[in-house]
Amino acid sequence: MTLASIIFAGILTYFTRMTMIALISRDMLGDKIKAVLEYVPSAVFPAIIFPGIFINDYGAFIEINDPKIFGALVAVIVGYFSKNIIATISAGLVSYWFLIFVVFN
Amino acid sequence: MLTKKQLFTRGMLDISPHMLSVIPFGIICGAIGVELGFNPYLVYTMSFIIFGGASQIVFLQLLSGGASSLVAVASVGIINSRHLLYGAVLSEYLEKLSFIKKLLISYVVVDQGFAESNKFFKKNRSEEFLHFHLIGTGCTMWVCWQIATLSGIILGSFVPEELGLKFAIPLTFIAIVVQDLKKIDHVIVMIICGLSSLLFFDAPFKSYIIISPVIALFVAALLLRLKK
Repeated sequence: MTLASIIFAGILTYFTRMTMIALISRDMLGDKIKAVLEYVPSAVFPAIIFPGIFINDYGAFIEINDPKIFGALVAVIVGYFSKNIIATISAGLVSYWFLIFVVFN
Repeated sequence: MLTKKQLFTRGMLDISPHMLSVIPFGIICGAIGVELGFNPYLVYTMSFIIFGGASQIVFLQLLSGGASSLVAVASVGIINSRHLLYGAVLSEYLEKLSFIKKLLISYVVVDQGFAESNKFFKKNRSEEFLHFHLIGTGCTMWVCWQIATLSGIILGSFVPEELGLKFAIPLTFIAIVVQDLKKIDHVIVMIICGLSSLLFFDAPFKSYIIISPVIALFVAALLLRLKK
């Protein structure tokens, strides 16, 4: 790993952040595109959530009885009703730990 | 009308719960770099120059696995290309800013900051200094990320691996989208994105992370058409 490769990666990353903010003006995006962009959070974050749950560190699918699936379900239910970020994350982690340290141990 | 300071503080408060998952992840990220045998100074430089969680880990893992720098750099670019979508959404709220301010604020646009600031922007369109909310979320993330990765580099993986704290990352994003499960169109878009990400997980350069949102947005466009 060289400093040069980090700098290139950093410049590339910065461009992904800056391009649309600095170089696009409101008029360039029509109403239809803006309506579609309303869905960006729902269209992007599951691509981080699903692999984080269903694919393990070695790039393979997990078993159907994996504790992560249970933890994620608990997080969804707690998050839906509590509307609280800390409660959502803690509920998911604690139920996951409960399974790996108490039940499956 | 809220003052700049109030908006900045509000941004800090809105993103801080996510630090529950960001800080352990940052520690893991720093520790992995040193464990893989890279120069600690270079590992830290990444947090400063790239400043993008998952992409930093992928970069390190690819290089330690013998991939060329070109492949590693390209992968970072593709993983982070999702920021283009965040930028397209945020541009509407930031268009009054000067070009220089846009250039500066861009550096601190991160996933959780985008998510929380976007929620705030939608409810408070009329505020004059809206961008201070985004600066608040971004700076909080920046400071926590630097401290977390630095402590991982210096102290090693003092977060026990058995705890599986990487799992906190999907959980933090569940917390972001969970309220949208009330809307059927959003549920469809989420499922399409999630399934596509699993289907394309082995696509080169980790490109599933941008392929699946693009597919999901196409579906969203179709849904909008059906609604009419």
